[in-house]
Amino acid sequence: MASVKEMRTRIGSVKSTQKITKALQMVAAAKLRRAQHAAEAARPYARGMANVIANLAVGVSGPSAPLLLAGTGSDKRHLVIVATSDRGLAGGFNSSIVRAAREKIAALIADGKDVKIITIGRKARDQLKRAYSTRYIESYEVGLKAPGFSVVKPIAQRVLDAYTNGEFDVVTLVYSSFKSVVTQTPRVQQLIPAQMEAGGGPAPFYDYEPDEDTILQALLPQNISVQILTAMLENQAGFFAAQMTAMDNATRNAGEMIKALTIQMNRTRQAQITKELIEIISGASAV
Amino acid sequence: MAEKIAFDLVSPMRLLLSAQADMVTVPGTEGYMGVMAGHSPLVSTLRAGMIDVQIDGKDDRYFIRGGFAEISPTKITVLAEEAIPMTEMDLAVLDQRISDAQEDEIAAKSDTDRQKAAQLVDDLKLVRAAF
Repeated sequence: MASVKEMRTRIGSVKSTQKITKALQMVAAAKLRRAQHAAEAARPYARGMANVIANLAVGVSGPSAPLLLAGTGSDKRHLVIVATSDRGLAGGFNSSIVRAAREKIAALIADGKDVKIITIGRKARDQLKRAYSTRYIESYEVGLKAPGFSVVKPIAQRVLDAYTNGEFDVVTLVYSSFKSVVTQTPRVQQLIPAQMEAGGGPAPFYDYEPDEDTILQALLPQNISVQILTAMLENQAGFFAAQMTAMDNATRNAGEMIKALTIQMNRTRQAQITKELIEIISGASAV
Repeated sequence: MAEKIAFDLVSPMRLLLSAQADMVTVPGTEGYMGVMAGHSPLVSTLRAGMIDVQIDGKDDRYFIRGGFAEISPTKITVLAEEAIPMTEMDLAVLDQRISDAQEDEIAAKSDTDRQKAAQLVDDLKLVRAAF
């Protein structure tokens, strides 16, 4: 059995680990509030944009429709964008996104499609670059600041350029949608061709200024940026929520471990004292 | 004024305003237009400029840097790339936007990008002149 001194050191080390997890939990909780606010604040814009596009799409579904809306007519070459966080210590948050991405990629490969991968976030890069080294193209980092348009613009531009150059037919985005503090579910969403939600009721008959084409040409690329930004904001909120939960569990586990170790240490110490007493008493009585 | 029109002003970062307005003036690409209840359905791109919202005789002004407006007889939604309430706005911010746009104009790779940036510079200068 371990000596009392060894156990005391062990308890000390668990205690300092607990301090770290506790601090991380509190930092995550504070950041979560801001991230959640940002994710929710971005929703009306994304929703409004989806509405406008859905209404416009009704009018232009024909051979003249822009590529971003109608697609290239083929679905051979796929680009999968996988967005995670930069950091870990958040339970299964990143792994569940990567698992969803792997399933999607495996399904596409099984169908004989050509798949390429772009990652956002260091965790996605680390896990996917190894597994799919030949299909991996490029990675971006989330960075320390809250995601904004300045972070998203280069990514969106890269994707749009590749698409206009005819490198891909379908672009898919994998991220984690923030449902609540306790549930974040990985989501696989098709970016290009734009996916329309079934509109409720007949769309009103719109006039366009300057004209439909000009509006769509400005709107569709913007929509790509917005969707990537939304994904990153939801990820950010989900990440902090997952980290907070994971660190809360870790703190509790450390507490239990300290309790168990302390009891064990006291028992050992007591046993040692008893043993010494018996030795002294039996030594004395032998005289 | 009897009828009001629902007005939402959203930027990617936040919902700035959601209110019942008497009239909303937006900077359309082809000129400023005032929108009141009963306007015919219209989707328009917007240039950089000022949005003027009249609510119960009071004026609220917002600076936007381009975007879109979706107008139906009962509702107008403005999706701005960036929107700042006039109360939080000052010349320094505006000058910063102008120099950003000028840098974009110089750095632009294609003609359309350059044209867009030049347009933005002109629009921003107009806003600055009226400031």
